[in-house]
Amino acid sequence: MISQFFVLSQRGDNIVFRDYRGDVPKGSTEIFFRKVKFWKEDGEEEAPPVFNIDGVNYFHVKIVGLLFVATTRVNVSPSLVLELLQRIARVIKDYLGILSEDSLRKNFVLVYELLDEVIDFGYVQTTSTEVLKSYVFNEPIVTGAAHLPALGPASLFMQGTKRMPGTAITKSVVANEPGGRKREEIFVDIIEKISVTFSSSGYILTSEIDGTIQMKSYLTGNPEIRLALNEDVCIGRGGRSFYDYISSAGSGTVVLDDCNFHESVHLDSFDMDRTLTLVPPDGEFPVMNYRMTQEFKPPFRITALIEEAGPLRAEVIIKIRAEFPSNVTANTIAVQMPLPTYTTRVSFELEPGAVGQTTDFKEANKRLEWGLKKIVGGAEHTLRAKLTFSQESHGNVTKEAGPVSMTFTIPMYNASRLQVKYLQIEKRSKSYNPYRWVRYITQANSYVARI
Amino acid sequence: MAPPVHQSQRSPSPSRPSGKGEVSDLKLQLRQLAGSRAPGTDDSKRELFKKAISYMTIGIDVSSLFSEMVMCSATSDIVLKKMCYLYVSNYAKYNPDLALLTINFLQKDCKDEDPMIRGLALRSLCSLRVANLVEYLVGPLGSGLRDGSGYVRMVAAIGVSKLYHISAATCIDADFPAMLKHLMLNDPDTQVVANCLSALQEIWSSEASTSEEASRERDALLSKPVIYHFLNRIKEFSEWAQCLVLELVAKYIPSDGSEIFDIMNLLEDRLQHANGAVVLATIKVFLQLTLSMTDVHQQVYERIKAPLLTLVSTGSQEQSYAVLGHLHLLVMRAPMLFSSDYKHFYCHYNEPSYVKKLKLEMLTAVANENNTYEIVTELCEYAANVDIPIARESIRAVGKIALQQYDVNAIVDRLLQFLEMEKDYVTAETLVLIKDLLRKYPQWSHDCIAVVGNISSKNVQEPKAKAALIWMLGEYAQDMADAPYILESLIENWEEEHSAEVHLHLLTAAMKCFFRRPPETQKALGAALAAGIADIHQDVHDRALFYYRLLQYNVSVAERVVNPPKQAVSVFADTQSSEIKDRIFDEFNSLSVIFQKPSYMFIDKEHRGTFEFSDELGNLSLGTEAADSVVLVQRVEENDEDLLLSTSEKEESGAPNSNGSAYSAPLYDGSSAPLAISNAPLGPHSPPPSFAIDDLLGLSLPAVPPPPPINLNAKAVLDPGAFQQKWRQLPVSLSLDFPVNPRGVAALTTPQALVRHMQGHSIHCIASGGQAPNFKYFFFAQKTEDASLFLVECVINTSSCKAQIKVKADDQSTSQAFSDSFQSALSQFGLP
Repeated sequence: MISQFFVLSQRGDNIVFRDYRGDVPKGSTEIFFRKVKFWKEDGEEEAPPVFNIDGVNYFHVKIVGLLFVATTRVNVSPSLVLELLQRIARVIKDYLGILSEDSLRKNFVLVYELLDEVIDFGYVQTTSTEVLKSYVFNEPIVTGAAHLPALGPASLFMQGTKRMPGTAITKSVVANEPGGRKREEIFVDIIEKISVTFSSSGYILTSEIDGTIQMKSYLTGNPEIRLALNEDVCIGRGGRSFYDYISSAGSGTVVLDDCNFHESVHLDSFDMDRTLTLVPPDGEFPVMNYRMTQEFKPPFRITALIEEAGPLRAEVIIKIRAEFPSNVTANTIAVQMPLPTYTTRVSFELEPGAVGQTTDFKEANKRLEWGLKKIVGGAEHTLRAKLTFSQESHGNVTKEAGPVSMTFTIPMYNASRLQVKYLQIEKRSKSYNPYRWVRYITQANSYVARI
Repeated sequence: MAPPVHQSQRSPSPSRPSGKGEVSDLKLQLRQLAGSRAPGTDDSKRELFKKAISYMTIGIDVSSLFSEMVMCSATSDIVLKKMCYLYVSNYAKYNPDLALLTINFLQKDCKDEDPMIRGLALRSLCSLRVANLVEYLVGPLGSGLRDGSGYVRMVAAIGVSKLYHISAATCIDADFPAMLKHLMLNDPDTQVVANCLSALQEIWSSEASTSEEASRERDALLSKPVIYHFLNRIKEFSEWAQCLVLELVAKYIPSDGSEIFDIMNLLEDRLQHANGAVVLATIKVFLQLTLSMTDVHQQVYERIKAPLLTLVSTGSQEQSYAVLGHLHLLVMRAPMLFSSDYKHFYCHYNEPSYVKKLKLEMLTAVANENNTYEIVTELCEYAANVDIPIARESIRAVGKIALQQYDVNAIVDRLLQFLEMEKDYVTAETLVLIKDLLRKYPQWSHDCIAVVGNISSKNVQEPKAKAALIWMLGEYAQDMADAPYILESLIENWEEEHSAEVHLHLLTAAMKCFFRRPPETQKALGAALAAGIADIHQDVHDRALFYYRLLQYNVSVAERVVNPPKQAVSVFADTQSSEIKDRIFDEFNSLSVIFQKPSYMFIDKEHRGTFEFSDELGNLSLGTEAADSVVLVQRVEENDEDLLLSTSEKEESGAPNSNGSAYSAPLYDGSSAPLAISNAPLGPHSPPPSFAIDDLLGLSLPAVPPPPPINLNAKAVLDPGAFQQKWRQLPVSLSLDFPVNPRGVAALTTPQALVRHMQGHSIHCIASGGQAPNFKYFFFAQKTEDASLFLVECVINTSSCKAQIKVKADDQSTSQAFSDSFQSALSQFGLP
């Protein structure tokens, strides 16, 4: 059970504050904010999501720059509270369409109304957008989406393929469209975050894919849905091998190490034909989370080199090659590399004719940054940088720099080859044919090349 | 110190009005609207109410609007009503008199025909938190609990718990707990059931201390019918209510093995839930149920690994941290079971340092012969990291792995390479590690000293590192040509050094160096002693004076005191006692795991209630029937330690590894177990203060005159729960090994044989188990005079004819006497 819930802005202002049990003294928001803000001075980087001050336990999650916080004096399950905070944010997003400081401020009465039903006397009552609909009466005040910063994976599609309605997924689950009618549609996103570590000689040390099949339904009347995955998907390697052990050697099969499912998912026919049956509740939710350590082809190869070039000088060469098909384009690519601490100046040399590329040397933390707007499949890009040092390096300059890390987003590409083969919606009438959007996206989680 | 953030210091922004003027404006406007029935009034009211609530949110006191808000509340607009309720429940506590004004309309709304309004009104009514209004609550709550709408009953159930917090007596007198119990067992709406359970847990656990009936009711929540009632419909509950139920089930003690498997089979699919809280709650059930079944317990670890790893990698950073904390706990308990999963514990460059720290500890724990090379290679990458705190942790991790491995050859090389990196913090950390390593593996001194000797003491600034370097200079003075001269220059700069730790080490090192190379060191030693005696730090002064007098008295005695021959350290003391670790394990899926402390260390007493009541209770409910069924109750202490013993030889069972037993060392057969001696005058590893008292008591034992023989109560009773609790609480006061006579061993074909024999000596068995050659027993006995208890863990190995016992006692001064009678009783086993 929790005592208080509040949302603070980046500056520490209360946007929403709700006290459920009255057993935490006043001023908890200030105490919390000061602790989080000045955590660094205690010699650590970032405040952990859970800490205790004077017998009060504070939990927080950061979402779109806002702090969602809960306090309690009792020894609760941290997973439960942190999960709850995420879920509250998701419910609010379902209602407001967009989660941002602005939309929260404009709709705080609606948010209070939600909070009143979500938690009573510190006990969670429901976090289902569906159930809450019948208790909540405020209409969301829709904020302009255009100027808002990108939020989560949904917004990625705005720059991506054009055929997708960019704002669709930022619309409220409850609000009606200007026309008065709701558009019948459903979104299924396969989002994969990949982590790869390359050794200095370029071979893969570790690799993992963490994926989610996320669904957001705007269908009225809760029709049943069947979601079919590739038939060669199999689950269980390592820990669960005792019931269906499948050797990963069989090429072509997608072997997931493990996965978990949303409550609404029925797995009755999963073992037979790899279909998931569910009646999707309103709002956004993960249908399935999965994890895979089976080998896969990494989308980018990184080669990085740092070499001394005379006294007080060195040269860095970073090369990235996109190893995916040419009909796929990666966007918002950022490459960075820590340089020796005694680096004073860096001059960059891009390949001739480079468009949409930026370079920077961050003096404060001695870091090289290289940004690329997009990379087309099969392309290769190179960056050369000349470094000037303030002192001689103690011999091995490669020990003082690196590793190179990279972030990117690749729409309509997935590394695991897990696919949604079809998405079947229970038919109500002949003319009923809702829009279905199945989208793939791959993002870098930790993509690192050692030098 | 961080500058305090004062909200008032900020420039007032439009959304942050200073208060006073706006509030009185608002008051005026509200008053004008109060009586109005003109169309559009509700819309204007909405705007004003919104304003009031937004002021309230940012911390402006709007309590002065109370009467106006209440006057405006006569409305059928539900949004307005809700805002008004929110306002009222926030301020009623501070305006108890005005709160009375709201009672009327709230009570009226409690009878509205719309269940939504009834529920809302009842919820607000119960949230007023005004003691003198409780009489108005009883009626609406009573009808709320009987309401036809599940929504209203759900609100009412929580309402009862709110009432209990305002006035416990009113709540009990109105017989609400009984009504809740009825609803809990009969209501078709699962959220009503869940709320009844939450409310009853709160009420009964707080009443239990004063009322026997409440404590019986509280225990009854864990009875088989109630538990099965919940389990059978677990999937109908919301995911949050499932957590509540699972938390309860984790405290249930099944009567036999098949029940355990039934429950686990039923809950198996909960491990695949996307909500991490449900998964962790399920895991807790699995772990608790199988505590006494070593093999199954181990299978549970295998089974839960994958779901845990999936949760760690899929949720938000915060969620994954919470799960990782639990994984960390399991890895620490049974590292062998995770040794092939080490790659999952590699750090990602973009992870926050609180995550990296946990991962580094796990990597350290799972390192074994097969994966050490790869783990150490990975850790060396982090050592060059730009993130300095993590680089330091990584170096420490490498050192720890070296200390726990048998083959440290390659690791020592890696450590020595760190020194070549010539980064201050890397050098500092490495020096500290090399010192510890040398204490455990003196045979490496040659290689290390060669490298350490090359380090310029000027590059070492951190006190810990400096102290380590100085220790090595003293300890290996004969191998390091420059030792006396380096020490001399350090002593010359005595004044510039501010750390007492460094000064203390300097004194000792100068002494040791002097014993080996007197002519070269004499001058430096004199300077050190003079500087030390003049030092303002008490310990430094005392140590210098002590050394000075020792030397005056007799140099060879001084050498025996300051530099006695040392045995290598076999095991470094664990920072956490196993009792504390067990407590944290018992509190799985709670903050204790994240903070790595049992809850009593960070939760106020009054808030510990709901969680803690379970521990004792869970076992009590097992009660009488278990006391005589001997084989079942092996739950006690039978955890991963045993699990570990079967898989690894890491824990040398003979070597004392907790402070409690370290002091009982004189009882060991000196030749069989090497002692963990830390170099006394130097040892920075002082024992944790909390145990100092026990240790002192243990030490004082031989001094007291031999106690009279002990009379034991032949009919003593102790239930397993109480035993388990006591076992956790008490320190080990004695532990010893002794031979068992071969005829006894011959008679020990089944564990029960000995149980009956010991019973004849008034030593009762509470649990036993094992197969030849290893039998394990838990005994207890009670002194006739003062009813104080003795608890014994006894392991008998029939192939080596040895017994190993650990005694814990209420009255520690009598444990020696008790152990004598225990031994004599055991020695008669098997004799005709």
